[in-house]
Amino acid sequence: MKRAVELRHLTKYYGRARGIENLSLTVEEGEIFGFIGPNGAGKSTTIRALTGFIRPTAGSARVLGMDTASQMPQILAQVGYLPAESAFYPGMRVREILQLSAALRKKDCRAQARQLCERLELDPARRAEELSFGNRKKVSIICALQHQPRLLILDEPTSGLDPLMQREFFAILRERNAQGTTVFLSSHILSEVQRNCGRAAIIREGRLIACDSVQNLARTAGARRVAFHGRADLSDLDGVRDLQSDAAGCSFLFAGSINALMRRLSGGELEDLTVTEPDLEEIFLHYYKKEGEDR
Amino acid sequence: MILIRHELRQSARPLVIWTLSISLFVAVCVFIFPTIEGEMDVVGEMFSAMGAFSSAFGMDRISIGSFMGFYAVECGTILGLGGALFAALTGAAALSKEEQGHTAEFLLSHPIRRSRILSEKLTAVALLVLVLNLAVFGVSAVCILAAEKFVPWKELLLLHLANLLLHLELAALCFGLSAFLRRGSVGAGLGIAVILYFLNLLSNITEKADFLSWMTPFAFTDGADLLIEGRIDPARLLVGLGFAAAAVAAAYQKYGKKDIQ
Repeated sequence: MKRAVELRHLTKYYGRARGIENLSLTVEEGEIFGFIGPNGAGKSTTIRALTGFIRPTAGSARVLGMDTASQMPQILAQVGYLPAESAFYPGMRVREILQLSAALRKKDCRAQARQLCERLELDPARRAEELSFGNRKKVSIICALQHQPRLLILDEPTSGLDPLMQREFFAILRERNAQGTTVFLSSHILSEVQRNCGRAAIIREGRLIACDSVQNLARTAGARRVAFHGRADLSDLDGVRDLQSDAAGCSFLFAGSINALMRRLSGGELEDLTVTEPDLEEIFLHYYKKEGEDR
Repeated sequence: MILIRHELRQSARPLVIWTLSISLFVAVCVFIFPTIEGEMDVVGEMFSAMGAFSSAFGMDRISIGSFMGFYAVECGTILGLGGALFAALTGAAALSKEEQGHTAEFLLSHPIRRSRILSEKLTAVALLVLVLNLAVFGVSAVCILAAEKFVPWKELLLLHLANLLLHLELAALCFGLSAFLRRGSVGAGLGIAVILYFLNLLSNITEKADFLSWMTPFAFTDGADLLIEGRIDPARLLVGLGFAAAAVAAAYQKYGKKDIQ
């Protein structure tokens, strides 16, 4: 399988300030890949290196088999990019922005643009400065999609979109993905990555700390969400995190010895017990937890 | 061509405003002259004897009692300084406005080389400066014909050509600066235009400051020199073209490798 994105030891410093450090990851063609991290972790820096806005301090990035250092126009011809914040030239109508974007790509995208405007309920006759944040986002989405790119690079794509529009947007993404488009989705909304991505990478303070399928990430985290009604003594039990208890029972993430847990539970009075896979948010917290924050 | 068209559309309104403003002032000056012509000999003598002030504006060398003397001093200053401000603002904003307005992400996410972006933006800036100068020249010629019944084509063309070259050089200097800026292009453009204008005034006042005339393109648009010599000083023009070429080269060098924010 061809690689849509290949980062090798990618490093970017802004003067002395850290952007990303020694970042290596690959995204195969046809994937919907999640890129997770809080604000300031280095997600946007990574994306800006992929799109050629910034030059890496060290390392390399290849997109669709081409080197970002020397083949940016060829890469961008096959990439659709959705920025986190959408800004357009003053005085232009939506239709003119879409036409300008298509003209810069030397493509006739009118049919696609019309179809996408209808699906995203965007009026192409409106002026850009009159649009709400969400509607400006829709213009950017259409600019990214209308030329039917091989790779979509999306930076916080759903910010500003209402839940119905988010659903429609992901429906479009899944359709495009079914047609072979690779999606690189950067987000701090873990649930949308969990619902839509097959694999994901987690970035922390500019460094990659995990990269695997969403299911494997859960296993790698080695934790389970345990919840029970009743009473049991969990004091000093290793591997308990995020403990939430009330009079009825308690819930916690457990990454310790299952035998030790069973001994504690069997010594208590339980009405029921559930053990489930943690969701991505819990995995994320696992990777982001600092020492001393276990409980 | 797409970016050139886009830039021209984006700058159409300021172009119209600046062109109309400069044309209006030039037209007023041209139509005023016949009504004050009778008094201009006395006024001209007075202005030519005001020491440093007269030298600064070249009035110690030409008489503003003649129409072309009056035109070179009054309209030359309006066109020179007004056009310079427009050229400086347009040049300085050409690249920096993309980062300042956060449209750089839109533009640079398209398959277009940065060198082509620079070439098309530079062409657009030059076209805007050319259109302003041609329009003001046209208005001026029509007004002179209406007011004076005779157009001194040679002197008029020379004055306007010199101003066009001044504006192109200034636009190129500010375009070069624009590649290094992320914001504050208005202040930078205005500052450069005004500083270079005053450098020329200073160089006219005393011979000790003559070296400053090599640093400012306003020197080769000096109305008195143009009317007396009947040509643009080729040495100063060449130096100016050298500065312009260096600024544009610096823009290509910088913008090709610049981290876009």
